[in-house]
Amino acid sequence: MATTVERPAARGQVEPARRRPPKRSPLAKREDRAGWLFVSPWVLGFLIFTAGPMIASLVLSFTDYQMIQTPRVVGLDNYRELFDDPRVLKSLSNTFVYAAMFVPLGTIFALALAMMLQRVGKAGGFFRTAFYLPEMTPAVAAAAMFLLLLNGQQGLVNKVLGWFGINGPNWTADPNWLKPSLAAVSLWTVGGTVIIYLAALNGVPKQLYEAAELDGAGPVTRFFRITVPMISGALFFTVITHTIASMQMFDQAYTMFYGPQQKATASDESLVYMVYLFQNAFQFFKMGFASAMAWLLFVIIMAITFLQVRIGNRYVYYHGER
Amino acid sequence: MIIPWRRLPFFVFLTLGTIAFVYPLVWLVSASLKPRSQVFDNRLIPEIFQPSNYVTVWETAPVMRWLTNSLTVGFMAAVAVTLSSALVAFGFAYFRFRGRNLLFGIVLSTMMLPGAVTMIPVYLIWNKLGMIDTQIPLWAQNLFGSAFYIFLLRQFFLGIPRELFEAGRVDGCSYFGLFRRIAFPLCKPALVIVFVFEFKASWSDLMKPLIYLQTPEYFTMPRGLKQIIDAFALSGHYEWEIAVAASVIAVVPMIILFAFGQRYILDGVATTAQKG
Repeated sequence: MATTVERPAARGQVEPARRRPPKRSPLAKREDRAGWLFVSPWVLGFLIFTAGPMIASLVLSFTDYQMIQTPRVVGLDNYRELFDDPRVLKSLSNTFVYAAMFVPLGTIFALALAMMLQRVGKAGGFFRTAFYLPEMTPAVAAAAMFLLLLNGQQGLVNKVLGWFGINGPNWTADPNWLKPSLAAVSLWTVGGTVIIYLAALNGVPKQLYEAAELDGAGPVTRFFRITVPMISGALFFTVITHTIASMQMFDQAYTMFYGPQQKATASDESLVYMVYLFQNAFQFFKMGFASAMAWLLFVIIMAITFLQVRIGNRYVYYHGER
Repeated sequence: MIIPWRRLPFFVFLTLGTIAFVYPLVWLVSASLKPRSQVFDNRLIPEIFQPSNYVTVWETAPVMRWLTNSLTVGFMAAVAVTLSSALVAFGFAYFRFRGRNLLFGIVLSTMMLPGAVTMIPVYLIWNKLGMIDTQIPLWAQNLFGSAFYIFLLRQFFLGIPRELFEAGRVDGCSYFGLFRRIAFPLCKPALVIVFVFEFKASWSDLMKPLIYLQTPEYFTMPRGLKQIIDAFALSGHYEWEIAVAASVIAVVPMIILFAFGQRYILDGVATTAQKG
């Protein structure tokens, strides 16, 4: 909106008024119609598949609905149950723990790689491609692969750790290591973030570093006083998107730990929120309760994002705009 | 060639990083060619080559069907979302219509909406329409555009000099003509990005196929792979080599896509956080 291109004035014989006139000209009305016509697919989709379902989901969350009979209004029961159901709370805390591991680690890891990529200049093209490759791997395939790589006794990861004298944990079988296992798979697919950071780093004016060096600023000072503020927009964007995605993590956890084999794991340590929500909705057919879970997730994500934006706006620097 | 000694440490670290990123995939391909007892031997070149793993996968599961299904669904999803998002994005970029800014604000805000909030009612809609256990729910919603792509394409359309459109108008081009003859062709790279992103997203998705598909014949590749993994879990003996070979089958089409669209994809990723 701030980026909207200003329209040149000359347009046909009638000079279209720059300031919106009290009565709209026929031309403006025509443009109104055309504009709405173009965006109408999205408006239609929004009403049918977003706005309508949001209202329906809110209504459902106050009902008991098992799909077979009509929904029965139960008031706030579902919401009360949210806080009485230990698995809701457990899955929520698991999700937070996973996000708390992945978001900071992913950011630091990706930033370190991006900064090194930038230093090697043209040669970085090969590495850039290599880092992005895992992003093309479907989550299910990546999860299946890591089930084997993270195997406690024979897995490659523990073998490599063994070279350094580290006795690797029993990753996917040890309840304490289930969430780190999930985070490890996510870290493997952090290449897209590396590319975003690299683009941001390349946008930082070189003169800033030169000037800072003349003033005697060391590498640490330059990093925190120039690099971080100048790419804060990209950092902010990825931290928010990673957080939102982490709160909704599903494919990996479901592939690795759920399905018929979950009886074997018999541990709730890997139960993330979306998996439990999915089970409630489509395995136990507790549609009302699952809707309440969805709304709790919505509120949590909104709250976290709002907080991040509040904090971020104090520090984020946007070049060009503002 | 001069060896850039000062940069050497970076090369070393980046090479280590590359190994960490790429080696798992190489390991996967290598393991898929080994007999079960040697999947874990971690040799890069299998001691005993057993390509018949792929034949076994082919015979035990309708992999060909799954691949075709994934290709069809991915193609439909990507084409639908590219065309509709472009149309809507052009609407937001070119026209000044009443309510535009408010509406665009709503578009942006839907990006933050967790899918879980609409998931159940949308399922109930498709259920009412009798579309459960068909592939239509996997892509049909894309006909209405998607917020992130609308945002991305709008940025590209805004970059087209307005004079081009004015010239088109003077030459008697209709509004739709401006879109089809000027905006659309000029934004081809961006459209390729959207197509590839959505194809990849659709190819990788597990949740929608889990929700909407029941008959194994209709499964997509990730859903089928999950089925294979589950089958072992149920039977108790783990036929690793089969799961690994099936994983390779699920990954390879994406690698091919990447090989062809690499430049577009990487540039597209780089753009996503910049175009704010």
